[in-house]
Amino acid sequence: MVITPELRSRIEAAMRSYPHKRGALLPALHLVHEQAGHVTPETARELAALFDLRPAEVMEVVHFYNMFYDRPQGRHHVYVCTNLPCSLRGARGLLRALEAHLGIEPGETTQDGRITLGHEECLGACAYAPMMRIDGTYHEDLDVEEAKRILDALE
Amino acid sequence: MGLKVPYVTNYLTEHCGDDAFATLEGYEAKGGYATARKVLRGSTPESVIELMKTSGLQGRGGAGFLTGLKWSFMPKGAEKPKYFCVNADESEPGSFKDRLLLERAPHKMLEGILIGAFAVGAAKTFIYIRGEYAEPAKQVQRAIDAAYAKGYLGKNVLGTGFSHDVVLHRGAGAYICGEETGLLESLEGKKGQPRKKPPFPAEHGAFGMPTTVNNVETFCHVPHILANGAEWFRGIGTEKSPGTTIFGVSGHVARPGLYELPLGTRLDEIVFEHAGGVPGGRKVKGVIPGGMSMPILPAGQLDVPMANEFLRERKTMLGTGGIMVMDETTCMVRASCVISYFFRDESCGQCTQCREGTGWLHKIVTRLERGAGSLDDIALIEDVCSKMEGQTICAFSDAAVWPLQGMLRHFREDFELHVRHQKCPFPESFEL
Ligand SMILES: Cc1cc2nc3c(=O)[nH]c(=O)nc-3n(C[C@H](O)[C@H](O)[C@H](O)COP(=O)(O)O)c2cc1C
Ligand code: SF4
Ligand code: FES
Repeated sequence: MVITPELRSRIEAAMRSYPHKRGALLPALHLVHEQAGHVTPETARELAALFDLRPAEVMEVVHFYNMFYDRPQGRHHVYVCTNLPCSLRGARGLLRALEAHLGIEPGETTQDGRITLGHEECLGACAYAPMMRIDGTYHEDLDVEEAKRILDALE
Repeated sequence: MGLKVPYVTNYLTEHCGDDAFATLEGYEAKGGYATARKVLRGSTPESVIELMKTSGLQGRGGAGFLTGLKWSFMPKGAEKPKYFCVNADESEPGSFKDRLLLERAPHKMLEGILIGAFAVGAAKTFIYIRGEYAEPAKQVQRAIDAAYAKGYLGKNVLGTGFSHDVVLHRGAGAYICGEETGLLESLEGKKGQPRKKPPFPAEHGAFGMPTTVNNVETFCHVPHILANGAEWFRGIGTEKSPGTTIFGVSGHVARPGLYELPLGTRLDEIVFEHAGGVPGGRKVKGVIPGGMSMPILPAGQLDVPMANEFLRERKTMLGTGGIMVMDETTCMVRASCVISYFFRDESCGQCTQCREGTGWLHKIVTRLERGAGSLDDIALIEDVCSKMEGQTICAFSDAAVWPLQGMLRHFREDFELHVRHQKCPFPESFEL
């Protein structure tokens, strides 16, 4: 069982905020990711049962959103924004430097399972470019050396 | 990560530099919630909508629709529950103003919501915040909890008999969920694919109920308008576009950041005087005036007041007020490449023209950027664009086409040079 009784009661509490319980599917998926990092077929089956959906309907939603995953991820998500305002201020150079530093390409995870690296579209920090998002935290006005130091300090 | 305070403030952002302003006590200390209290106790819903109509406030989410008019579309009476939605999805590239308000002025937004909900008779508000805004979401949740504890939200608000609930809903990374019906689908726990309209949200919105969707900044104007009156509001900005807005300046400028200025402030004043122009003595080549969906203006056309009635004459729009500045080193084909990549990646895929068109555009622009394109490819871009405009379920397809049409209108030469040289002729341009 992936969805523990505790998680289940949090999901049920979220359902009460919406006129139809399906409204709580995104909140439930966020909770699952906080706990397990991604959605397994088993999780999808259990969620589907809770929401009166088919597992395929749950997976369809997982696949639609960039912040939901159907396979294991690194302990930390490091995303460099490469949209136009950030690119104008050196975001691509930063991303390349971090690729070299970690020895992986965007979309890959370091062998020790520490970091999944990626690039993302505009994150709402365009004036403070280049920037990266690590999990829920923004790091702005970066230079390459500082960004490397931040990555090195991740557990 | 301390969020940076605007370089120029006005009524919307004036206390945003003060950490206490994000708390309920700090907001009340500056007179916060006094307007909602007065409105809920002494006004009628009709009079609030009338005042909002007279104020001429245009929504700040990108389309510029009149807020008072939108509110008046909501059915009267209480046969069905009615909802409000706050669009806090802010994912238009170049836009970062709502993040400031969410993080530094969450109670101002809540006060605007309360007044609006009273006016349209909404039972509940869903705040749809983009998933990446984890920090702002925490601030907003804290503000909601404090407002409940103090009786500004919940049953029988301030003893007035009016009840209102607010639910914070986190998105999960999809640009299209900013489109208001994509937002509604996503709120219902589905893929965020926009709905065919009609029916419009005021009739059939969230969970099938009458719903109004407004942007974060739009709600933040509301308490000020109710407190100071429509005349006061119309005294700021231009005749047709009243009030201030928060411009976000990014790209090649000395002082990138937020600037709250009256609508109608000239673009060249914002770029050169406020944001300090391009550093290093370089010249401006072009400026996107309103977020990435809006067509670019060349350096010679920056003497334009930032309001839709003037920007339209130059075939562009205010959008979200996200101003991207590109200096003379910039390769506009490369910029187009970044733009077309974004739209290809974010199309929800429901409409053939949009799904296929955005893919084609990116392929052709990339080919040109690499120096492998032909003059026919330039014509092909125009042809594909013309087939994608105005024929799809939502305005995303138009938004994908407009910036490229703008690039060809003003920087066709950049594209032609790539064909002639069979490589990028701008060695100093930003890296791809
Ligand atoms: C593709 C697309 C993306 C949009 N993204 C946003 C957004 O992130 N935030 C927003 O407030 N409005 C966005 N809009 C506009 C909304 O559809 C809607 O017009 C707006 O939220 C209404 O609020 P307003 O009247 O207060 O401006 C988007 C529209 C389209 C077509
Ligand atoms: S225009 Fe594009 S984004 Fe909008 S509904 Fe159609 S396919 Fe989806
Ligand atoms: S372009 Fe990178 S945060 Fe907006």
